[in-house]
Amino acid sequence: MRIVQTRRISQAFFFILFVWFCIVSTVGEEFWQLRDWPVNWFLQLDPLVAIGTILTTHTLYLPLLWALATVVLTIIFGRFFCSWVCPFGSLHHFIGFLGNRKKKTAEKIQLNKYRKAQCIKYFVLIVFLFMAAFPSVAATLQTGLLDPIPLITRSFNLVLLPIVDGSINLVSVSSRFYVGAWLVFGIFLTAVLLNLVIPRFYCRFICPLGALFGIVGRFAIWRIGKNQSECINCKLCEKSCEGGCEPAGNIRISECVLCFNCRQECKDEIISYQTQPSLSGELTNPDISRRGFVLSLAGGVFAVPAVRLSNKLGSNWYHRVIRPPGALEEEQFLKRCVKCGQCMRICPTNVIQPGGIEGGLENLWTPVLNNRIGSSGCQLNCTACGQVCPTSAIRPITLSEKLGLEEFAKAGPIKLGTAFVDRNRCLPWAMDKPCIVCEENCPVSPKAIYTQECFNTIRDGVLTVKKVSGNIIETVEEIVPGRFATGDYYCVIESNELRKISANTENTIMILSDSQFEKKPAPGSKIEIQVRLQRPYIDIEKCIGCGVCEHECPVSGRKAIRVSAEGETRSFDRRLLLKR
Amino acid sequence: MIEQNDKKLDRREFLFRAGKAGVSIAAAGTVSYLLYDSKGPGAGTKEEELVTLPDFSVSHQAGKTMSIVKGPDRTKTVDKAIELLGGIERFVKPGETVAIKPNVAFASPPMLGATARPELVAEVVRLCYTAGKAKKVIVTDNPINDPASCFTLSGVGKAASQAGADVVMPRDNLFRHTTLAGGRLIKNWPIFYEPFKNIDKLIGIAPVKHHHRAGASMAMKNFYGLLGGRRNIFHQDINTIIAELAMMVRPTLVILDGTEVMMTNGPTGGSISDLKRTNTLIASCDCVAADSFGCGLLGLAVSDLPYLAKAEKAGAGTTDYESLKPISTTVS
Repeated sequence: MRIVQTRRISQAFFFILFVWFCIVSTVGEEFWQLRDWPVNWFLQLDPLVAIGTILTTHTLYLPLLWALATVVLTIIFGRFFCSWVCPFGSLHHFIGFLGNRKKKTAEKIQLNKYRKAQCIKYFVLIVFLFMAAFPSVAATLQTGLLDPIPLITRSFNLVLLPIVDGSINLVSVSSRFYVGAWLVFGIFLTAVLLNLVIPRFYCRFICPLGALFGIVGRFAIWRIGKNQSECINCKLCEKSCEGGCEPAGNIRISECVLCFNCRQECKDEIISYQTQPSLSGELTNPDISRRGFVLSLAGGVFAVPAVRLSNKLGSNWYHRVIRPPGALEEEQFLKRCVKCGQCMRICPTNVIQPGGIEGGLENLWTPVLNNRIGSSGCQLNCTACGQVCPTSAIRPITLSEKLGLEEFAKAGPIKLGTAFVDRNRCLPWAMDKPCIVCEENCPVSPKAIYTQECFNTIRDGVLTVKKVSGNIIETVEEIVPGRFATGDYYCVIESNELRKISANTENTIMILSDSQFEKKPAPGSKIEIQVRLQRPYIDIEKCIGCGVCEHECPVSGRKAIRVSAEGETRSFDRRLLLKR
Repeated sequence: MIEQNDKKLDRREFLFRAGKAGVSIAAAGTVSYLLYDSKGPGAGTKEEELVTLPDFSVSHQAGKTMSIVKGPDRTKTVDKAIELLGGIERFVKPGETVAIKPNVAFASPPMLGATARPELVAEVVRLCYTAGKAKKVIVTDNPINDPASCFTLSGVGKAASQAGADVVMPRDNLFRHTTLAGGRLIKNWPIFYEPFKNIDKLIGIAPVKHHHRAGASMAMKNFYGLLGGRRNIFHQDINTIIAELAMMVRPTLVILDGTEVMMTNGPTGGSISDLKRTNTLIASCDCVAADSFGCGLLGLAVSDLPYLAKAEKAGAGTTDYESLKPISTTVS
């Protein structure tokens, strides 16, 4: 079999494997749902994730050790990952092939020539790595914005899968929603469509992972090159060159993605994969100018303090940035989150959403709870998000730790924030209507939402007694029939006796037969119609900020009970109570 | 096709082109005529095609409407309770399709008692298949928490499918709008309809639970799960909606599980200390009667739950369960 055939099989295999891992990132017991599928494997293979977190945290989180294998293989074989494994690269490869296949050979050679702008990806990498390496406290991990593995993971999980599955609902019971997914989609689509302009546009000009491989792989033991210095110079080897690395002349090793198309095209078999440097000469180092390097270094160094000028990590923190259970303290969290969206994909209730920039630029696409979306707040007995987080930005907590049981009893349950009742919007508080859906759904025992009973005289609720017979009071005023028959209305007479109303017609009120008045109200006397209300209160010591109340609140626009991140366990600064 | 400029238009060509133009104009005119709307949109909301839930109740047999069985083992008590009413054969005929509607409202483990017990659901499924010779049994609910998680964590999903039932998830396309005749609240409201459309019998299974707003959540409140849309809005008038549910849903049989009763912190519970062992299980063809007895397990009187009187008034059943002469027994 020819080597390009082998490469295509490898690309198809890893692409399908990647899509399969996206599909099985579903909580459930079926074989196609999350059991022991290594759904993070591509993210773990990605050395940019590993190096980024090493720079920010000075540690290598165990599952990321896979990246070492990628690095070692790259040192030996060159940028094999780009053309043999990377699902994003394979997608570009395929689209680029489709879009340009009808062009003439001369056009193709022109299309696949080396361009000076290919150095941009190195600058992107330098900016990100310096942001990550920024002296301790201020470091931030932003590689995930353009790192191809998190990017395609995010795009498939938050955009493509929900769109495809949204109409058939095979993978999830109800349609999935992701706030601001249009931006994720826009970037993904742009990256894919740019292949029609130049094949592998993203890989050649933008991809910081490719840049990293370019630097790591420049001393590769095996490399593409010519095995004799002279050839007929037909340039056919550059016709389908995926990396734009000029194999005909001085081959640029750091740009070569090992597609082997050049070897395939060379009829004289002058191009080969060999240990000896190309006999027509080679350039191993990336084409980075000193000025460009200094500028991007400065950019990386200044970017972090510039972003932090909004003070979103200080007193100006955004209260709607509610992190999933087990998330690290905010600064530590931003040092690890690669914005891959795995937690948002796995979340069975769809409550974990990609963050926007209201919480600061760094917050973009990091996981944030939005209780208005999904099937129900953060479910009490679930810790799925932490189990799939590839970098432990959300720790893989146990249920005992989340709920504060057993050895965690002293620490108490993990609080995501605190619910606040908006008394200006709440039905029992603002409109004298019974409700307490929030209390009903509060999953904590004893409930963090409790109620206090009160009886309020309704509007125009003072009526004049015409006649009383048995348990029926006739009134002078007209009433809407059946209005007080809901079981929530009471009648008060002058002696302050309170009796439950069972029914009413347009001018009679029927008192529940087993709760008659001790002394009948006299004709001409006044009675008051009162509604019994249970008004919700939050027990701040009990509330865990799960947001089930906010999700269920029937005031569906701006909810009458809302969770905000004050009091979250992970932050000392945002605590609300004196203790804990 | 490139037309030559120097070529003169001949008659044939002209007529041909005139014909094509005529057809195009006619097509444009026809489309405009067919789509012509002189009024514009009205202010009203979209008219939905309405459906009505079938009546699943079976014919009355004197003295065999309700049974109360005491005992700690749900599998045994439910067998006995159904047997006392004439056996499952009375309710399920060979070849019929049965829907079981357990209360699976919350993603909570069975030991906390917030959901119908898996062994109870499994046993009823088994009875339907063995003694009832049912063709197919489905188990379904439209829970409050995430549906898939509810069926998984409550254990009901696994127990039901192991017993041979199909577990039906409340997918968006399974809801249809209904209007309850004589109802005040259920008007043009989406209900979980499709799974129940073509079935023959409906069995409800619900635990007895405290409920702060409604007083108690039992067999009648269990059918809240059939409501779709923004059903929480009905909590403003909880008693009327529960009574209307009893009017809308006419089950074949309800199983009210009072083996362990959630006395406090309902309907979610969350702690074993919220439960009390009362070792009672009720099977009844009359929802209202079952709940009227069940509220006693919570220490409540019928008058504490206004929806019972409302449902009785609407003809959904009787609150005077004694009049049905319930058959009581004990199995250890």
